[in-house]
Amino acid sequence: MQITINEKLILLDLVGADKTILLGKMADNLYENKFVKNTFKNAILEREKIFPTGLPTQPYGVAIPHTDIEHVNIPAISIARFKKPVKFIVMGEKDATVLVKLAFMLAMKEKHTQLNMLQKLMAVLQDKDALDFLVTEQNSRLVKIFMQEKLKLKG
Amino acid sequence: MAEKVVLVACGTGIATSTVVCKKVEELLKENNVSAKIIQCKIAEVGSYEEQASLLVTTTIPPREYKIPVVKALNYLTNMNTEKTDKEILNVLR
Repeated sequence: MQITINEKLILLDLVGADKTILLGKMADNLYENKFVKNTFKNAILEREKIFPTGLPTQPYGVAIPHTDIEHVNIPAISIARFKKPVKFIVMGEKDATVLVKLAFMLAMKEKHTQLNMLQKLMAVLQDKDALDFLVTEQNSRLVKIFMQEKLKLKG
Repeated sequence: MAEKVVLVACGTGIATSTVVCKKVEELLKENNVSAKIIQCKIAEVGSYEEQASLLVTTTIPPREYKIPVVKALNYLTNMNTEKTDKEILNVLR
């Protein structure tokens, strides 16, 4: 099943005091747009506590929150830019933190698939120019088109 | 001599382990190391522990295992990947 990047799932300059509020807003938005079940938000927040998803990329830290496939209706990626960077724990670490400016919330419905998309997403996270664009672009439609091209996805 | 087994695990077994799996596959191929790779959730590692030689993971292992553990975050951020390559090959060679 092809994963979608929908304009409604791009949240630019999201306001929130900490990662729980911000991830909650992203999950609520996915639920309101029927991409995920009502259990998704709690699953995302719980999983972030046990398996944090911050990545210490440059020049901005990013996070790739995701959770088990059973909470998802339609596979999608939600992209949020935080108005103010917030602390996430670094993936695979106990207490090392990274200030995260961009979050890519993965709502995936199948295991062991999407390798190409995931590899391309990782390439975006390692690409300073791409991160610069995502941090500055004000038009969510252009963000959507940019990411679709980068990840070779349909809208 | 039974075939070596490498476990690749992340929290959900759907996202980061998929990427790491591919990296490990390529690494073993380039270095002519033969091993079976199993992708799983970190919670499932226990059920494969007896047959495996190595665990490669992007999460904090919740407990000690009988096999060596290599952290593979570098494969996601593409920083200092040679170090991770070496760690994996050292266990399997």
